[in-house]
Amino acid sequence: MRMPAPDDGVIARRREIIAALRTIVPGEGVIADESELRAYECDGLTAYRQLPMVVVLPSTVEQVSRVLRTCKEMGVKVVPRGAGTSLSGGALPLADGVLLGMGKFNRILDIDFANRCVVTQPGVTNLGISNAVAHEGFYYAPDPSSQIACTIGGNIAENSGGVHCLKYGLTTNNVLGLEMVLMDGTILRLGGKHLDAGGYDLMGVVTGSEGLLGVVTEVTVRILKKPATARAVLIGFPTSEQGGDCVAAIIAAGIIPGGMEMMDRPAIHAAEDFVHAGYPLDVEALLIVELDGPAAEVDHLIEQVAEIARSKGCCYSRVSTSEEERLSFWAGRKAAFPAVGRISPDYYCMDGTIPRKALPLVLHRMQEMSGRYALRVANVFHAGDGNLHPLILYDANKPGELERAEAFGNDILRLCVEVGGVLTGEHGVGVEKRDLMTDQFDEVDLDQQQRIKCAFDPDGLLNPGKVFPKLHRCAELGRVHIHKGELRFPDIPRF
Amino acid sequence: MTVTTIKPDSAAQAADAVRWALSEGTPLDVAGSGSKRGLGRPIQTACTLDLSGLSGVVAYEAEELVLTARAGTPMAEILPMLAERRQQLAFEPQDLGPLFGRPEGQGTLGGVVASGLAGPRRISAGSARDHTLGIAGVNGRGDLYKGGGKVVKNVTGYDVPKLMAGSFGTLTALTELTVKVLPAPEDCRTLLLAGREDAGAVAALTAALQSPYDVSGAAHLPAAVAARSDVRAVAAVGGAVTLVRVEGFGPSVTARVAALKEELGADAVLDRDESLVVWREVRDVAYFGPTPSPASAGEGRGGGDDSRHVWKISVQPSEGPRVAESIRWALDAELYFDWGGGLIWAAVAPAADAAAAIRGALGTAGHATLVRAPEDVRIAAEVFHPLPDPVMALSRRVKESFDPCGILNPGRMYAGV
Repeated sequence: MRMPAPDDGVIARRREIIAALRTIVPGEGVIADESELRAYECDGLTAYRQLPMVVVLPSTVEQVSRVLRTCKEMGVKVVPRGAGTSLSGGALPLADGVLLGMGKFNRILDIDFANRCVVTQPGVTNLGISNAVAHEGFYYAPDPSSQIACTIGGNIAENSGGVHCLKYGLTTNNVLGLEMVLMDGTILRLGGKHLDAGGYDLMGVVTGSEGLLGVVTEVTVRILKKPATARAVLIGFPTSEQGGDCVAAIIAAGIIPGGMEMMDRPAIHAAEDFVHAGYPLDVEALLIVELDGPAAEVDHLIEQVAEIARSKGCCYSRVSTSEEERLSFWAGRKAAFPAVGRISPDYYCMDGTIPRKALPLVLHRMQEMSGRYALRVANVFHAGDGNLHPLILYDANKPGELERAEAFGNDILRLCVEVGGVLTGEHGVGVEKRDLMTDQFDEVDLDQQQRIKCAFDPDGLLNPGKVFPKLHRCAELGRVHIHKGELRFPDIPRF
Repeated sequence: MTVTTIKPDSAAQAADAVRWALSEGTPLDVAGSGSKRGLGRPIQTACTLDLSGLSGVVAYEAEELVLTARAGTPMAEILPMLAERRQQLAFEPQDLGPLFGRPEGQGTLGGVVASGLAGPRRISAGSARDHTLGIAGVNGRGDLYKGGGKVVKNVTGYDVPKLMAGSFGTLTALTELTVKVLPAPEDCRTLLLAGREDAGAVAALTAALQSPYDVSGAAHLPAAVAARSDVRAVAAVGGAVTLVRVEGFGPSVTARVAALKEELGADAVLDRDESLVVWREVRDVAYFGPTPSPASAGEGRGGGDDSRHVWKISVQPSEGPRVAESIRWALDAELYFDWGGGLIWAAVAPAADAAAAIRGALGTAGHATLVRAPEDVRIAAEVFHPLPDPVMALSRRVKESFDPCGILNPGRMYAGV
């Protein structure tokens, strides 16, 4: 994975750039000391590290606007950063770039229960929003695993998901409004407390754009009333195929659970050894199905789910009868990553989505690859929406293992695309999957996406080197080639 | 060569047609079945790109919750296919045909997404944008490209499908779409509150939407509008009617309706069939339609006056009653509320200052779209809510990024876009 070559001309002007930034953001808001820069050298994808040229921590929208405009005038690249929990390297710094940290934007501005929304600055954590409205029984639905640390601004950048997505949607389905700043310093407001922002759905394309289109400075999200109750059922199967069939049958019965997670044998064993959740150890696939909503509905559906599981040949089934028991079912799943961390010095967490019917084939092919690469793999996935999280176990201290793990991971993602799925379900492309983009999209598709970027950032200064494998100049992408001539299909009906 | 309509029957032909139009410098009027032609700014082009020949469901797998169909596939083909597997498009696409004096059931999937319309379930299930997973289409350069994916969870690359929703064919001539489909509710009931004025009604709807009972429809019909309903229990109230919809599995609906009836002090509960009728009326703005529906028993609806201009106003729900009051004060307007008070449908007697009055009442609290008006009015007025300068400038650049020469539906949304 190579990043664009740093621009020596920019690096040579480092002092001048720092001085310009200091006039905008005073005091400790500009970090230029190498030992302090170290804290920003990577995000959650720790395999890649790079010291930024300088870090700037603005605290007002006006400062963000001036920083971006100044960087544009000086031809300096900018990498936006929230809490740095991205698993795809979206906030990996550039040697010749300014890292724009949004951590000081940490206030909730307005809690509006009547209109069921919250207006917040982007540096507030995902869980912070839910906590702020919990006293009235509300919450913010999207729940990425890192919700205690990750920020809502970062959630917008990555279109973050979580266990609840199948029923409640991803970030993009729960955002009502944004304020953002473009690279030229323009401040825009999109949407608000009303539905359907007018004009083009710019909010839709900004959400999940991985910091390439603009910097979000304010967010309006919708909040929901907490479901009255939640119950879970733990179901074990002798084969993963039966587990997959059970998931399909639950959905075919018209049931959309609040959460539906699956783990394979290695993941079950690692989790059980770690938290002793009481998982069965003699099954190939373990399903956690959580139903939430009004008590009457949950009680009715939990029986149906248990019945469907029996009809699909489950060999283990337990329905939670208390809140404590429900949480114990989840304890293992929630601790799956650290649990795997205990049985392996390092692990590499992948994130692809497949059509669910391809699950048996994909798991089978993954086992083959595991043998070929001589690396173990454990699987946890959001079964309801086909979002896989294979965890590849490796030891970074053994020469060549990291490279093998990456190659293995890439093969898994190519397989996801091959069976009709996609490279990433919730973690984003970043730098991690950048060079695989050509497996999912052809050049025409990618050119059109990059032209969208040109509309927002014509000089390509925002977070370059992420998402797109090849950098094109906007002028080159904008050329229109017109071929005078006849229709190739003279027989198209014309009247 | 004089060409007035090109009707491709493949995506490759559609691309060829756009390339031809580009080489001739001839803008195209991009259309599916044309059922929403009355929506948006009228455009004057010498040539129509008729996409209704790109028809047919490509793939539908109920358990995967996705359907892929060519853009010109009639909704009349898709909806029954979903219903057979007890599924639906959860955003409740509107059928505005009758509002424009056309037959029911004429739209295409591409048209539904391109116009970004959603019904009462918008408040809980989202809009067309939230259910469009993948697209293929031809941009204004004549390139056939794809965006998004064909699975329900995907964050690979930019969310191009969202940009297509509500872009009225100005960015891409869609050739294929993949949409999310969801289970249709087993049962449906509606709580009815009689005689509430706007503010009290919106307060009741707010309470319903703040409850943990998963309300999926929240509308308020002032007396004159309620009187036009085909549902006898609604029309017979003889005053304003406030409606709260509860959908889902039988036992769950029963329990939630009982709880809500108590909490809201509801006066009646409409059964499933009555609910289906009344929410369809609310969805399709039937109260402002020109004629009674064929299904109507000859009473109720039909008081709609098709000389009135119809506006769709989106506002934060708590502001709904205030905005409605301002509009009534300034204009001769009939209106009703959906989306818990956040959507106002207004039928306004023609007046030169209507747009200014409605948008003035809104301030910065939302946006207003002129949905139905004669062509000369739609040429002169800003049909879509004017955008702030920086957003407009960015929108123009986005348009250029897809359609640099203005070949696709130029001016359908905004002049020069």
